Amino acid sequence: MGIAAMVGTPIKRREDPRLITGQATYVDDLKLTGMLYMAVLRSPYGHARILDINVDTALQHPGVRAVFTAQDLKNSVGNIPIAAPLPPHITNGMGRRGALAEGKVRFYGDPVAIVVAENRYIARDALDLIEIDYEPLPAAIDIEKAMQPDAPLLYEEFGTNVAVVMHPETDEIDKVFADTLANGGVVVKDRFMNQRLAPSPMETRGVVADYRRGDKILNLWSSSQIPHLLRNYLAEQLGLAQHQVRVVVPEVGGGFGCKLNIYAEEALAAFSSMKLGQPVKWIEDRDENLAATIHGRDQVNYVEAAATKDGKVTGLKVHVISDLGAHCQFFTDVIAIAFTLPMLSGCYDIPHIYSSCDTVFTNKAPTDAYRGAGRPEACYIIERAMDLVARELKRDPAEIRRLNFLQPEQFPHKVATGALYDSGNYAGALDKAMEIIDYQKLRQEQKRKRANGELMGIGVSSYVEICGIGPKGTAPFGLYESARMRIEQSGTVIVYTGSSPHGQGEETTFAQLVSAEFGIPIEQIQVLHGDTSSTPEGRGTYGSRTTAVGGTAVFQATQRLKEKMKTIAASMLEASATDITFEDGKFAVAGSPQKSVTFEEVAATANTSNELAPGIEPGLETTVFFEPEACTFPFGTHICVVEIDKETGEPHITRYIAVDDCGRQLNPLLVAGQVHGGIVQGVGQALYEEVIYADDGQLLTNTFMDYAMPIASEFPVFELDHTVTPTDVNPLGVKGVGEAGTIGATPAVSAAIADALEVAHLNMPHKAEKIWQIIQQKRQAK
Amino acid sequence: MSVPAPFDYHRAQSVDDALSLLQQFGDEAKILAGGHSLLPAMKLRLAQPEHIIDIGAIAALSFIRKDHSKIVIGALTPYTHIERSDLLRKELPILPETASTIGDQQVRNRGTLGGSLAHSDPASDMPGVIMALNGEIVVRSPRAERTITADDFFLGTFTTALEPDEILTEIRFATLPVHTGTAYEKLMNKASHYAIAGCAAVITLDSKQQCKAASITITGAATQTSRATAVEKALVGQKLDTDNIQSAANHAADDLELISDIHGSEDYRRQMAIVVTRRAITNALKRV
Amino acid sequence: MTTKHTITVTVNGKQYQSEVEPRMLLVHYLRDMLDLTGTHIGCNTSQCGACVVQLNGEAVKSCTVLAVQADGCEVTTIEGLAPEEGSLHPLQEAFWEQHGLQCGFCTPGMIMASYQLLKHNPNPSEAEIRKGLEGNICRCTGYQNIVRAVQDASQRLHTSEKAPVTAND
Repeated sequence: MGIAAMVGTPIKRREDPRLITGQATYVDDLKLTGMLYMAVLRSPYGHARILDINVDTALQHPGVRAVFTAQDLKNSVGNIPIAAPLPPHITNGMGRRGALAEGKVRFYGDPVAIVVAENRYIARDALDLIEIDYEPLPAAIDIEKAMQPDAPLLYEEFGTNVAVVMHPETDEIDKVFADTLANGGVVVKDRFMNQRLAPSPMETRGVVADYRRGDKILNLWSSSQIPHLLRNYLAEQLGLAQHQVRVVVPEVGGGFGCKLNIYAEEALAAFSSMKLGQPVKWIEDRDENLAATIHGRDQVNYVEAAATKDGKVTGLKVHVISDLGAHCQFFTDVIAIAFTLPMLSGCYDIPHIYSSCDTVFTNKAPTDAYRGAGRPEACYIIERAMDLVARELKRDPAEIRRLNFLQPEQFPHKVATGALYDSGNYAGALDKAMEIIDYQKLRQEQKRKRANGELMGIGVSSYVEICGIGPKGTAPFGLYESARMRIEQSGTVIVYTGSSPHGQGEETTFAQLVSAEFGIPIEQIQVLHGDTSSTPEGRGTYGSRTTAVGGTAVFQATQRLKEKMKTIAASMLEASATDITFEDGKFAVAGSPQKSVTFEEVAATANTSNELAPGIEPGLETTVFFEPEACTFPFGTHICVVEIDKETGEPHITRYIAVDDCGRQLNPLLVAGQVHGGIVQGVGQALYEEVIYADDGQLLTNTFMDYAMPIASEFPVFELDHTVTPTDVNPLGVKGVGEAGTIGATPAVSAAIADALEVAHLNMPHKAEKIWQIIQQKRQAK
Repeated sequence: MSVPAPFDYHRAQSVDDALSLLQQFGDEAKILAGGHSLLPAMKLRLAQPEHIIDIGAIAALSFIRKDHSKIVIGALTPYTHIERSDLLRKELPILPETASTIGDQQVRNRGTLGGSLAHSDPASDMPGVIMALNGEIVVRSPRAERTITADDFFLGTFTTALEPDEILTEIRFATLPVHTGTAYEKLMNKASHYAIAGCAAVITLDSKQQCKAASITITGAATQTSRATAVEKALVGQKLDTDNIQSAANHAADDLELISDIHGSEDYRRQMAIVVTRRAITNALKRV
Repeated sequence: MTTKHTITVTVNGKQYQSEVEPRMLLVHYLRDMLDLTGTHIGCNTSQCGACVVQLNGEAVKSCTVLAVQADGCEVTTIEGLAPEEGSLHPLQEAFWEQHGLQCGFCTPGMIMASYQLLKHNPNPSEAEIRKGLEGNICRCTGYQNIVRAVQDASQRLHTSEKAPVTAND
């Protein structure tokens, strides 16, 4: 393969050989000398007062080395870190808590005590020997009931469960709605539930902490998406200086946002190791993962849209209630406010958008970023609203979308929510998807099937999301990304990225980028990540930002080193640096191509130094921090076709088309992989997945026997295509694709189900029984 | 950590060996066959036996054979053997048909017919199928060997007619009468893939194409695997057509103690029992 | 305290004799005692299939098998799938070629399950592959490229001169 073709080529991944042979090292694969094992005792109640804890029997159990409760952590372990505490209450301590529950437990799975023992079996056995006297309390489970004055309170001292109330004046939007109605337009409204989900990466969380007393250094291996942020916050939590903590993120078996967090168990394993002077491992069980790792989504949305009789949307009014769960994790309090509200305009030119928001604590696991993090909710709201408008006006949903799309020439465009979109061609993606599926013919087929009494539905979803975050001030820490690049004497390029890929394949795409820029074979490039001792300060992998932000840092590092190499080549060729050209791995003098030195020769000269001209600093190394000045806005259209078994209510997806635009694609094979996986997660939400708590706070979905994970047999072959609308927000022209599938899929499936049943809306997940009930209701109504 | 509590392990080399171990340890012992019902319960510490008697190595209990007019299946025969058995495909096709829908290929490699029957989980498929086939369950104790009809064997959720000192050794079936069709239908829950409701149907026609005998059982929907007597009664003597199959199937959930949980309400399970029953009867009829 | 048992197990062609607690799960025996960490634990309730290995030539979920049950048995794990050191089994090649993995955590189990599938059905249809992998959960790939990889492996096994199923079986 020609090197120039490296970018944009579907080469297979460089990560894979270790993964397909079982040689990859995940956290649980680590074995350190003298390693002890930690197990966590968790609350069996949703809400209860802890009256007494007796650990004596557990401590005496052979093989148990320590048992710790909240009392033991006093003055040693600080509160669980929160990135951006919001006023008025969270800044005053509401929802903040230590690593182990103190006084009360507030959700099923809340950690109460830990056992450290010689092996994992003994640690597990000793959990049964800890005696806790609980006084069960009524639980606040239903979010809207939790907002009522008589609701059981999680944090009594605040007198409410509502953490943030954001209700701007409605005068302007009310006028828009009134005017629209007065002019013969329509107003549609509905209440959408965006249910609670368990991110469920196949590898649960895990930590190995090894505190070296002699060096006063804590080495911590964690299955995390954010090695540096973890290092920084954990150091603070443990009262250590940053240089005393080294975080290593080994192979990570999926994250989907749930490992973009700093968890109690990281501090607990570290504390145990510091106390006992031996390494301590903790590996989360699946039932712990489903109970105590953050959950995603869980919003209730009250949505109203006004449109002219011709279908032009004039205003959107949305009230979001965000269920925070029992306490704040890293981004818990800001998901709805920072990511749902700004994206409510979707792909559309809507002149007036009003949004309000309540965030509420409940006796459930904390919610936080889950693939899409607030944007799927926004997309679901606006896409379902567009379908409601179409239905009200008896127009085709695709047609209503096209009518309201922002036009390519309008970009860059600031929508009514204030978000500044970079570029887009929304009609382009819609047209392509409709063409692939032969939309008009499909509608004919649907008509025929309906006449036969069959239930077939078509759902269209045009999504836009915000990625590549973000400009200064977006978060309490700058959301830049770093790249350190070193070219060794042999000409090998080593890239140390602050990103922390865990399945996305940047060891391949970043190498492709470097290969193309330097004109050297990909085998000559190594991409390293996930170790705070060798990679520069970084931000990690989440929010579909790794290529757009981390990739750009890598690209800029190649440009800087190229410049230095030109200077060195110039001195080697006795020419002026401005006359040096660089092509196909060769530095040459412009106009005299025979006078050239290779990339490797320049690398050798730079590193051995003796031949370097005076004044040129030896070595080839640079560190770049790229901080984007604006965000990217990937988009696309998904079309889903479902058929429903009328007798059982079971939906079957018969066709699925996805046309995505993530800007320029570095490796189309990997882009398609991200889209496939995203679709299945989006469909999973639409059809099956749901975390369910009983009214008393018991978790009813704490194994995969009860939490439905999508499996292969439930899907057709997805038909993918793409458009390419570059962005000028970064020099690569890339936008991001990690979450696109998930964001686009859910409303497409929901729309298809509603269309099949000929109803305006039904809430997710669209389980067979719920669909069956609607079929029965409609039958009875006839 | 999801690991079993400690226990002592005994590997039985023969049925006699297993019986004497069982006698020795009594209530404190559990029999381990393939382990796909017991081990998950032990890992969640819902079961904490002090002694495990592993009968998995008793090769003599894993077989499928025709013995005169009877088909006999050893208790330790894994589902995959049932699924792939030419003899069963020919003689009792409902068994391979059902086996192929249980769990997944890995589970079917370990899970055994006897283990499933002894566990008597109302959500599992095989108890209902064995009952529909009027299978006979052979159990041994140090006292004697006895045969229990499937109808008498399943007493309720996780309860059977097995005495504490007995071991299930084999299951016997009469070959199907002429003009008989069989089918198993189920609606699966999307998480565990157990049945929300399932139906096993064995239909025999007479020379006039009328239903001579019907054996219908319901799985998944209720607290116990049950025979749908009302459906059977409604079928026998009829020349089966769409209408009378439907009206017979409407009795599928009569007298059942239906389950209601996050995977299906009582009402849904009742209606789905009717749907799968109609489908199973219809399929069985096609196969006569 | 319960009595430990001595077991003899042949793993990837090599015989091991070990003393184990009766309750030790096969997956922990392989991972913690033999250091064969390619076999993973994903769910503990035998839903996900990350722990699939071959036991006497048939795929099993090693989180639901006791190590003592494997006494006298042959086990093949992902580490022993390739016919020789340094080479890849056609299934491994196909998963790589078709981008049938992302985070890689489910991959060893997925490959071991696919191995069993192709052993009993060398020419599976797309639907048969999807059905055959119902005991394996992948959260990353959406399964599409896994299905392609199994199709690809099926082709590779037909065109290779070797017997459809390799050693250690």
